[in-house]
Amino acid sequence: MSELLYSRDFYGKALVDLGRERKDIVVLDADLSGSTRTAKFRDEFPDRFFNIGVAEQNLMGISAGLASCGFTVFASSFAIFATGRPWDQIRNTICANHLNVKIVATHAGITVGEDGASHQANEDIAIMRAIPNMRVISPCDAFETYEVIKAIADIPGPFYVRMGRSKSPVVEERAHHFQFGKGQILRNGKDCFLFAHGLMVYNSLRAAEHLEKEKISVGVVNMPTIKPLDEELVLDIASKIKKIAVCEEHSVIGGLGSAISELLSQKQPVKMTLIGIGDVFGQSGSPDELLKAYGLDIDSIVSKVRDLVRNT
Amino acid sequence: MFPLTKNVKQLESIAKEVRALIIKMLAKAGSGHPGGSLSAVEILTTLYFSVMRHDPQNPHWEDRDRFHLSKGHACPVLYAVLAKTGYFDESELWTLRKFGSMLQGHADRRTPGIEISTGSLGQGLSIALGMALGARVARKNYRVYCLLGDGEIQEGNVWEAAMAAAHYNVGNLCAILDYNKFQIDGSVDEIMSLEPIEDKWEAFGWHTIVIDGHDISDLISAFEQAKEIKKKPTIIIAQTIKGKGVSFMEHVVDFHGRVPSPEEEKKALEEILGNE
Repeated sequence: MSELLYSRDFYGKALVDLGRERKDIVVLDADLSGSTRTAKFRDEFPDRFFNIGVAEQNLMGISAGLASCGFTVFASSFAIFATGRPWDQIRNTICANHLNVKIVATHAGITVGEDGASHQANEDIAIMRAIPNMRVISPCDAFETYEVIKAIADIPGPFYVRMGRSKSPVVEERAHHFQFGKGQILRNGKDCFLFAHGLMVYNSLRAAEHLEKEKISVGVVNMPTIKPLDEELVLDIASKIKKIAVCEEHSVIGGLGSAISELLSQKQPVKMTLIGIGDVFGQSGSPDELLKAYGLDIDSIVSKVRDLVRNT
Repeated sequence: MFPLTKNVKQLESIAKEVRALIIKMLAKAGSGHPGGSLSAVEILTTLYFSVMRHDPQNPHWEDRDRFHLSKGHACPVLYAVLAKTGYFDESELWTLRKFGSMLQGHADRRTPGIEISTGSLGQGLSIALGMALGARVARKNYRVYCLLGDGEIQEGNVWEAAMAAAHYNVGNLCAILDYNKFQIDGSVDEIMSLEPIEDKWEAFGWHTIVIDGHDISDLISAFEQAKEIKKKPTIIIAQTIKGKGVSFMEHVVDFHGRVPSPEEEKKALEEILGNE
């Protein structure tokens, strides 16, 4: 088992490092600064931190106003509150004006766990991805999270970055640093390719190792940038390997699976399996129990990919 | 460079021209929102000609005072004032709402002088607060003005911003409420009453000033008073008349979102400009 780390710890660390390097970094939170780790930035740069209280629409509006004055703004909350409640502010103000606001959300996906359905954002990528000008990123581990935060601070305009609540294993197969807009092949395969983001990159790699023992050769691609999609890489793989699975801790509606399907169905049709959360709400439970219940544990991925390779 | 003048007679004369431009551009556009544009004519004329520091030749001058039109549907009055202060040529006004025009149906930042696009109600006070906090972080002394509609402040986001502006003691933020008493479906009192309006803003920690929003000398004094309030945001509750300046449009809810016919345009312009 790889080392387990909190991605949000590395988000907080990246903010502090950015704050030391640059005077234009301003950070806002909506009463969750301890959990999102923006509190680390607050402690060191209190004049450049604003806690907006439990008011996410106001969080996004104030962030927009600050960005219009030339600041690079990071706005944080849990994924469910950072995307759903202020969607209109994000669409009509932040994105329509191409403002330099980086919405960085923690506690995304089903692995929020015991807090239950109201706090499990399984649709955040779908609703962010649909907005023009928005770029969507889901790093696979704590180290990639750090790289993502440093990278997007240098790219003007809006971003949505999501990460989970729990500690997650480091993906040791990563050969190079995060590059915006690029996927990275972590493992090659001949029978099928598995595209994943976030926590599911690790699970997909383990599933591929398992399938290798059954003589099924599965490639794995880390896709931290969900929008804009690395079309070149996806098309290149689909031109050679005719079975593609997408695995993500997100609804099967509107996530990376949808993005890849939208591309391949038009330009390079192949057999596909979307492994994600169905059209249902979650519930309380431990992250491991929930991953199993919603088909995102290693065994479930193995079984779905095996089925794609053997039975289609 | 602005501000240009505090001469009330001169400002009243500019306001008349602004009013006439609103009627003409909306009649030509064939759609849009006359009522809530006409009610804000004196407010915007006073702000742009005699209160705000701004430079139409350099719209991005970083020390400029900021204006944010939260009630984005009232963009015709803003477009008219921006043209009159020299941000762009008056002839652009006749392209309002046409395909390819920089003058979009709701205020849009492709227009020189417009900071941020608006149109979805209730967001503007947060944005203006962000700009006001930006001055604090950057150690600048510009002021931020934000025009709110009365129906608009039924949005919860406005009160989130109101609470936060007082919490952060932003003395460089001044909101103006265009209290013209009508919204699309009827009178504000009927649809969703705002009263007691001054008490609400006071309870939220704001300095309040209630004035006749069509009296330019009252507006000048109110803006001057607001500048002296250093530790709180100020709201100027401007009692206005929807459709002000055109007898058959005044207090008529239908003209929230209906433009004058050619005959109505002619009659309206006669009323505004007299037989000049």
